[in-house]
Amino acid sequence: MAEITAPAYRVIPIIPALKPGAMEGSGPYVSGEKMNEALGFPGKLVDDWHDKAIAKMGDLLGKYRSLKVYMDSCVHCGACSDKCHYFIGTQDPKNMPVARQDLMRSVYRRYFTLPGKLFPKLVGARDLTREVLDEWHNYYHQCSECRRCSVFCPYGIDTAEVTMAARDILDSVGYGQKYDIEIIGKVHKIGNNLGLPAPALIDTMEGLEEDVKEATGIDVRFPIDVKGAEVLLITPSADFFAEPHIDSLIGYAKVFHATGTSWTLSSMSSEAANFGMFIGNYEQLRKVALRIRQAALELGVKRIVVGECGHAWRVAYSFWNTLSGVGEGADPDDKFAQMLQKQLDHRYRQPTHICEFTWDMIERGALSLDKEANDKHIITFHDSCNVARGSSMGGYPGGQFDIPRNIIKAVANHFHEMDPSTTHEKTFCCGGGGGLLTDDLMDLRVKGALPRMEVLKQVSDEHGVNFMAVICAICKTQFSKVMPIYGFDRRMVGGVHQLVSNAIRLGEK
Amino acid sequence: MSAFFAILFYFATLVFVVGTFYRISVYTRTPAPLKIPTTPAPVTTGGVVLRMMREVFLFESLFKANLWTWGLGWLFHVSLALVLLRHLRYFTDPVWPWVAFVQPFGTYAGITMLAGVAGLWARRIFVERIRYISTPSDHLMLALFMAIAISGLTMSFFVHTDVIAVKGFMLGLMHFDLQALPSSIGLYVHLSLVALLMMIFPISKLLHAPGLFFSPGRNQVDNPREKRHIAAWAKRMESEN
Repeated sequence: MAEITAPAYRVIPIIPALKPGAMEGSGPYVSGEKMNEALGFPGKLVDDWHDKAIAKMGDLLGKYRSLKVYMDSCVHCGACSDKCHYFIGTQDPKNMPVARQDLMRSVYRRYFTLPGKLFPKLVGARDLTREVLDEWHNYYHQCSECRRCSVFCPYGIDTAEVTMAARDILDSVGYGQKYDIEIIGKVHKIGNNLGLPAPALIDTMEGLEEDVKEATGIDVRFPIDVKGAEVLLITPSADFFAEPHIDSLIGYAKVFHATGTSWTLSSMSSEAANFGMFIGNYEQLRKVALRIRQAALELGVKRIVVGECGHAWRVAYSFWNTLSGVGEGADPDDKFAQMLQKQLDHRYRQPTHICEFTWDMIERGALSLDKEANDKHIITFHDSCNVARGSSMGGYPGGQFDIPRNIIKAVANHFHEMDPSTTHEKTFCCGGGGGLLTDDLMDLRVKGALPRMEVLKQVSDEHGVNFMAVICAICKTQFSKVMPIYGFDRRMVGGVHQLVSNAIRLGEK
Repeated sequence: MSAFFAILFYFATLVFVVGTFYRISVYTRTPAPLKIPTTPAPVTTGGVVLRMMREVFLFESLFKANLWTWGLGWLFHVSLALVLLRHLRYFTDPVWPWVAFVQPFGTYAGITMLAGVAGLWARRIFVERIRYISTPSDHLMLALFMAIAISGLTMSFFVHTDVIAVKGFMLGLMHFDLQALPSSIGLYVHLSLVALLMMIFPISKLLHAPGLFFSPGRNQVDNPREKRHIAAWAKRMESEN
């Protein structure tokens, strides 16, 4: 592969001119036979893919109101057309959200609407040909399901829903994406995305205990499979060994330690990420989520706390109650959900984000914090897309923006916001979300990071910002990889709980 | 000609009403299996109603997206609403007082509606990104609105039609009592195009009007942790194992 370079910064963020075909054939690897079959998908592209794909589309249109309404409602107003980071970075017109949706909408019109059946050319309807299917595989894997376009759409049309449906259809005809399918297989088989087996996990946690003891002189525990613990921590498996993720894991453990909270990890359910969402497959989404339910029931925990991970928090916050009953407010005769909800302690929100947990403890004065410990960091905060637009915290609209910032300001002295048109609900995806965090999409990932890198450069020049805090495992991995290509130090990115970890004084309260 | 337009309007009304209700019934019947409001989102039903009102009346999201599109789009839609309200006088006898009040504004709204359509069309033609995503039907839709506005304005300002007779015809239609329609080319064009608009409403992108109300990204309450939300087809999976 040719060396990947960063696109030039736009001096003023003008809307880029179109470069048709710029990202044609830049899609990801196709999933292999064995990994497809492990998830119950056809091993390779089936002979009758055309009929199967149309049938699957009809099935989804009947199951998802979002898809049905979104297919009908777009008026091609263009409000979303300049909002996607992949469009800004690649200039490929098919990466404009509306054009990406139209790859499917054109087929919808041809097979499911009267005008499309009668006058396809007039309404932009197309037959589902092999070329169209290839286009789907290419461009629906150049969407990170970040929902930025949906913020600006006058009808709230969410391209993520369309992308998920497209991927679901592709999988159902044996034409999936290697990275996502392979990872979901590992979760089913071993319990986490990385394929880290229980003994290795236990070993790693013991190592961490020694490291923290060495650094602080305190016995901070990293417990696994402890029955009767109060809190079950579900965190992205990258936290167990990847840099800078692991520093946040240490931060969570210190918060639990300092507040005297009994907690545990689960070796069977050692993954917060749920790639079932990325491929838009309800059965997979549910199956992955059920591992957490099972662990909670087996360990008899009272609370479930989720570590720093963007889409995982969206799934946990928005979908867990639906998928697995982790939450409250199930009907009295809903035995499936009640079984778990009776066990959980409803004085707390279920599930709880680790930032909600920590902020609550800070507000109660349960933590002793030394802000000066973070004085070498001049910090900014990158809102992770799925947290910003697919979830919330604190029980009020916008809590997902305030709470992580409140924590940062409580543990550090120097904080600067980036350009407000790129934060809060208008935040840009890191460029690696939605199941695209794979080396075969490196070119796309670098280009997709452009809008975030531009405004980071701004605050770094103007305020000397040297640390970008995030609360997402994918953001952490993606930024550490692409930031050097933009001329930043890879260690400039880290978790909010990494900062907490620096500031927290153990053994004082 | 009167009989032709009578049949046309009965037919167009039938297509419009039945078609739109059918679409709405499909949207209503199709479940939303997951909570997907675009957050930050209201945590109460009252909050959702307010969010929806801001979208319907102010085009809040579009305002955030692009001021030109918002300005032209809002001008067009508000003008269209005024024009439609003004036309109620052809269907009510005596004319409701507030319709009489709207009447003069409605006449000039015809002009601003035309300006809005022209602006939106210019955007569709001259902005590269919008031109790229436009289909022939997108252009024709604007042409249709433009032709309706021009034919209507022509009758208001230049070639006057016997509006008393038009009203008689419309009231007659409503009471299944056919009255003569004044013979006027402008009126024939205007009415034919309006009938066409009514007939394509349920099968075109004009469905964005009912669609907005059914958009899960905008109409869902953000309370997934507090209340379990589950679709019937998803609930069935729980009894299977």
